[in-house]
Amino acid sequence: MAKLILSLDGMVLREFPLSKERTTIGRKPHNDVVIDNLAVSGEHAMIMTILNDSFLEDLGSTNGTLVNGQPIKKHFLQNNDVIELGKYKIKYHSEVVVAQPAQQDFEKTMVLRAPPLGAAAAPPAAANAPTAAATPASVASAPAPKSLRDTVVDPAQADSLVSTDVGGQAQPASALESQPAAQPQAAVAAAVAAPPAPKPAPAVAPSTVMATAAALAGGSAAVAMPAPAVQAPVAAPAATPATVGVIQILSGPSAGKELPLIKPLTTLGKPGVQVAVIARRPQGYFITHVEGSHFPVVNGRRLDAQAQALSDHDVIELAGVKMEFFLKPNA
Amino acid sequence: MVDLSRSLEIAAATHTGMVRSHNEDTIGSDPGIGLAVLADGMGGYNAGEVASGIAVALVTKQTRELLSRLGAAQGDLSERQSIAADILNDAIAHANSSIFQAANSQPQYSGMGTTLVVALLSDNHINVAHVGDSRLYRLRGEELVQLTRDHSLLQEQIDSGMITKEMARGSQNKNLVTRAVGIEPAVEPEINSFEVREGDTYLLCSDGLNDMVEDDDIHLTLTSLQANLPLAANQLVQMANDNGGRDNVSVILVQVRKPFPASPGLLGRLKNWFGKNGD
Repeated sequence: MAKLILSLDGMVLREFPLSKERTTIGRKPHNDVVIDNLAVSGEHAMIMTILNDSFLEDLGSTNGTLVNGQPIKKHFLQNNDVIELGKYKIKYHSEVVVAQPAQQDFEKTMVLRAPPLGAAAAPPAAANAPTAAATPASVASAPAPKSLRDTVVDPAQADSLVSTDVGGQAQPASALESQPAAQPQAAVAAAVAAPPAPKPAPAVAPSTVMATAAALAGGSAAVAMPAPAVQAPVAAPAATPATVGVIQILSGPSAGKELPLIKPLTTLGKPGVQVAVIARRPQGYFITHVEGSHFPVVNGRRLDAQAQALSDHDVIELAGVKMEFFLKPNA
Repeated sequence: MVDLSRSLEIAAATHTGMVRSHNEDTIGSDPGIGLAVLADGMGGYNAGEVASGIAVALVTKQTRELLSRLGAAQGDLSERQSIAADILNDAIAHANSSIFQAANSQPQYSGMGTTLVVALLSDNHINVAHVGDSRLYRLRGEELVQLTRDHSLLQEQIDSGMITKEMARGSQNKNLVTRAVGIEPAVEPEINSFEVREGDTYLLCSDGLNDMVEDDDIHLTLTSLQANLPLAANQLVQMANDNGGRDNVSVILVQVRKPFPASPGLLGRLKNWFGKNGD
């Protein structure tokens, strides 16, 4: 669970777990985080927590709220953000656990379902899950603040968080052993071959689903577990390599020209005649034929349809032009 | 029925990724009828593969049957488009009830479901149905556009203005979809229709691609490699894996080589003619 660490002049005063959907910060005693200082407004700010994400909102305070030195109105909190109210600092710690193999399952896609008939049907699922006391499912069932209710996903929906993913784990082990799952292909074939499915009885279905939700109490708990800390390294090269590849034209009118290979893909040649692409990958540079009846030649050897790794000082011939690939230190 | 295989080129690739042990994605396509289907399954053990497998097999089978039963296109453009939407609706409803039933009758499949994105091309249009967070993109000229909007918690947060697209990249709630096939007795797919142009390239993908590869790099790949569709498909998968490959990754590319207007049967032409005169 994420937490807030309140400090003044570098001295830690207190920690507050973000256990509720709405955590208020202010001078008045009814706030969850009370800061008894005149620079802090009565109702200064609040933090909305939805599953693993927390959002900070300034509630129109007199002296404002800063995050990492910048004044904000609304802010999507990131791990180690520092919130400032007057002289007080609050560090946001999302306390996400480092990825472990066992937890990778919990990142898989899950369905967030609306309860069949309003939120009324949901509480049994939470009630049957004593271990889930502090899960977002139960947290989310707390009444949502009116002011923000419209701006976030309906908390009632979070009540029926069905983790379809942990189904296999939540099942008793014996069930798994005694009923080894059929090969997926076979099952698919069976389903396809089967006559059109009769209409499922709608009266039965929702309760079945709810029962599943209850049985998956472990599932809700799983949802509560912070997702692994390692964020997908979105489109970032694995590491900044020490060298960068460059193509230098050796023949023709542009001889001498250098073309640094910075983008993930660089195309060379004449569209419609002969085109090759050089892909920049974590393990190096690779050249592949894209179009045209002639394939590129590298060091006198003609490529086939496969990608070929480029080495320092390889000579490429493409569309009648000779060029050299080399690596140079990354500036 | 119009054979579209001369007008369309389709290439596809799917991969388990670098982290997962199973590939729960399933892809399928039929250039002849202008169909591409991609599903990203979920569920314990191998149930995810089963759900996505049923979805792709049934949607393909059902669409093929319905198209051949309907024969030549009839009616005016809007009528034909609503027929395409009906076909998609029907095929997805079929897949939904099969998965739902299997999930409720066999304990090892309990709770399984799948996302789905289906593209059905007919009459110079692309009809797209989607459920969950699998996407359809279009490259037209230099412009890459996402034509579907995810049914996910994150998308709802973006829509409500709570977070920006950039912030969404850092969210811990990436994996929550608000709609899926096979989870409830009925499902409501979102269906849209767009006019196609010669040279358009369409990309269907599972979140394993767009979570790992920025839209800019998807754009770069499609523009650089559109002359070689299979290479483009493999390149996209490779990029997702080079960036960590944390999920299964699947792509289907559909390129429009030539226009494919409907060839209305005699009845359709008569009906059109009368329809115009009647107005």
